[in-house]
Amino acid sequence: MNILVCISNVPDTTSKINFIENDSNFDTNGVQFIINPNDEFGLTKAVWMKESNQANVTALTVGDSSVEATLRKCLAIGADKAIRIDCPAHDAYSVAKEIEAHCKETKYDLIICGRESIDYNGGLVPGLLAGLLDFNFITNCVKLEIKESKATFSREMSGGTEISECELPLVVGSQKGLVEESDLIIPNMRGIMMARQKPLDVVPAQGINPKTRDKKFSKPEAKSEVKLVKADELDKLIDLLENEAKVI
Amino acid sequence: MSVLVYIESENSKFKKSSYEALCYGRALADSIGKKVCGVVINCSNTENLNSYGADKIININSSDLVDFSSKKYAHALVEIVKSENSKIIILSSSPNSKYLGAHLSGITDSSFVSNVVKLPESSNPFIVKRTCFTNKAFSLTELTSDLKIISITSNSFGIVEKPNNPENETVEIKGISTNQKILDIEKESGTVTIADAEIVVSGGRGLKGPENWEMIESLAETLGAATACSKPVSDMGWRPHSEHVGQTGKPVASNLYIAIGISGAIQHLAGINSSKVKVVINNDPEAPFFKAADYGVVGDAFEIVPSLIKKLKARQ
Ligand SMILES: Cc1cc2nc3c(=O)[nH]c(=O)nc-3n(C[C@H](O)[C@H](O)[C@H](O)COP(=O)(O)OP(=O)(O)OC[C@H]3O[C@@H](n4cnc5c(N)ncnc54)[C@H](O)[C@@H]3O)c2cc1C
Ligand SMILES: Nc1ncnc2c1ncn2[C@@H]1O[C@H](COP(=O)(O)O)[C@@H](O)[C@H]1O
Repeated sequence: MNILVCISNVPDTTSKINFIENDSNFDTNGVQFIINPNDEFGLTKAVWMKESNQANVTALTVGDSSVEATLRKCLAIGADKAIRIDCPAHDAYSVAKEIEAHCKETKYDLIICGRESIDYNGGLVPGLLAGLLDFNFITNCVKLEIKESKATFSREMSGGTEISECELPLVVGSQKGLVEESDLIIPNMRGIMMARQKPLDVVPAQGINPKTRDKKFSKPEAKSEVKLVKADELDKLIDLLENEAKVI
Repeated sequence: MSVLVYIESENSKFKKSSYEALCYGRALADSIGKKVCGVVINCSNTENLNSYGADKIININSSDLVDFSSKKYAHALVEIVKSENSKIIILSSSPNSKYLGAHLSGITDSSFVSNVVKLPESSNPFIVKRTCFTNKAFSLTELTSDLKIISITSNSFGIVEKPNNPENETVEIKGISTNQKILDIEKESGTVTIADAEIVVSGGRGLKGPENWEMIESLAETLGAATACSKPVSDMGWRPHSEHVGQTGKPVASNLYIAIGISGAIQHLAGINSSKVKVVINNDPEAPFFKAADYGVVGDAFEIVPSLIKKLKARQ
């Protein structure tokens, strides 16, 4: 079985978000980049499937050379191979189109993406990709079992969990729960050494034009100061919520 | 050409977030001088939609669409997009609607922008304001494809009633199939879901253990709220994963968010910042949450929460 794990290279969750060039671009200065947390759950699951399903795992990122450190980490976690499609990630559409082109050349039975990325976090790429490739699609996936060509899976929906099955090929949007937080694989020395021998191919991009463009970024306005209420004056809190904020 | 709004329903009941999407659609259509058409699936009684300004409601009737499937629903919507010659589709930000929007944009080769918080800044070029970097920033984003799909963050536009007498049409669609089959749905019993909730009551590690959640549930029940928790609380198994909110958990965009025993780490705040009003209850006045909140009480949750419940109950 061939598994593709799409990796988004995102600012560490503690990063301060700032913009440059007249607020038209994200300021990467001093920002540490990591594997998108939702993708990491999916990658760990894929690595487990190397044994349980004799799977071959490829990690792929659409991005410039700065994403290679993140791809090396994916190899250290256990991916067999990494691919970088060589162009900046302009928008979800162009990223999905670039991945689609790759998937037309190399056949995958299962494509794992994150439910959403934590940077531009549209939660768009996996659905787009499924639509473009005409694959089945399930997102918010918290359980996945594959036997031969059939997948059984659960997804979180509002108010419960839905369990379904379908035939491969399939695009999955992964999140916490697919594997537990404590199951995430932390690369050890051996993994890191082995990752150096594994292939990291750079392939040329199709040069797809994006369909959306970030024109200008801004940050939320600074909050006014918190109104403190004394612990023995809770009636005042209720009054504020009822008559000032009008939320209860 | 009309502005199309997908209206989500569950057991023939419409979602509040879909009413909001319809109101947004109405306002958008007015600004560009177009009509607005709501699309429901397998809902013959659409009277409840009449308050929100639709010019037309199309009910897609299909035995193939009994269960939600993004692929099947997307294919059905494409038929309506064609027949209505629509160039703009509006969805809510519910999990299923976002799920559908992404699939739809793949099938139609068009642009989709999610997490939109305001009416478009301009319609030609079509530019919308959306959140990004998990609520740490906004972006003005231009959509350039012919068909444009957007989904609206809950509670960002609000509900603006505009009674109307929409034209009703039923469309039969047949022959949409996938090999995907729903085996079972495990419903969480009788709870308000985080995505639909007006009020969310959330507990953190400060509550010491799962046995202390009774007061959280009781406060939530008193307010008609959903319950939520911080990440460590769900990691330790005190509460189910489905309650984990924050940057790597569920997003919260409620009107009121009450954080109890939660420190207010950047990853937690990122996910709940879209909530309108935030209240923090924490015994450490230095807890970062006090910088992000609108109202705060410094003190012991084990005293404050029961007392608050008592006062709220007395008021009802
Ligand atoms: C990659 C990554 C992703 C993450 N994603 C998320 C996420 O999505 N969501 C999330 O929540 N976290 C997330 N975190 C974790 C985050 O950094 C914090 O560790 C977490 O939010 C802390 O949870 P907490 O506030 O419940 O616990 P703590 O930080 O331990 O805070 C407990 C609070 O309770 C207060 N307290 C103690 N006793 C009482 C009392 N009797 N009465 C009142 N108050 C009391 C304390 O003063 C303290 O402020 C993430 C971390 C990483 C590294
Ligand atoms: N540049 C990229 N390269 C590869 N995969 C990506 C890229 N951007 C997003 N993805 C995948 O799509 C998922 C959702 O991303 P997004 O649509 O940006 O929220 C991510 O979790 C990744 O799995």
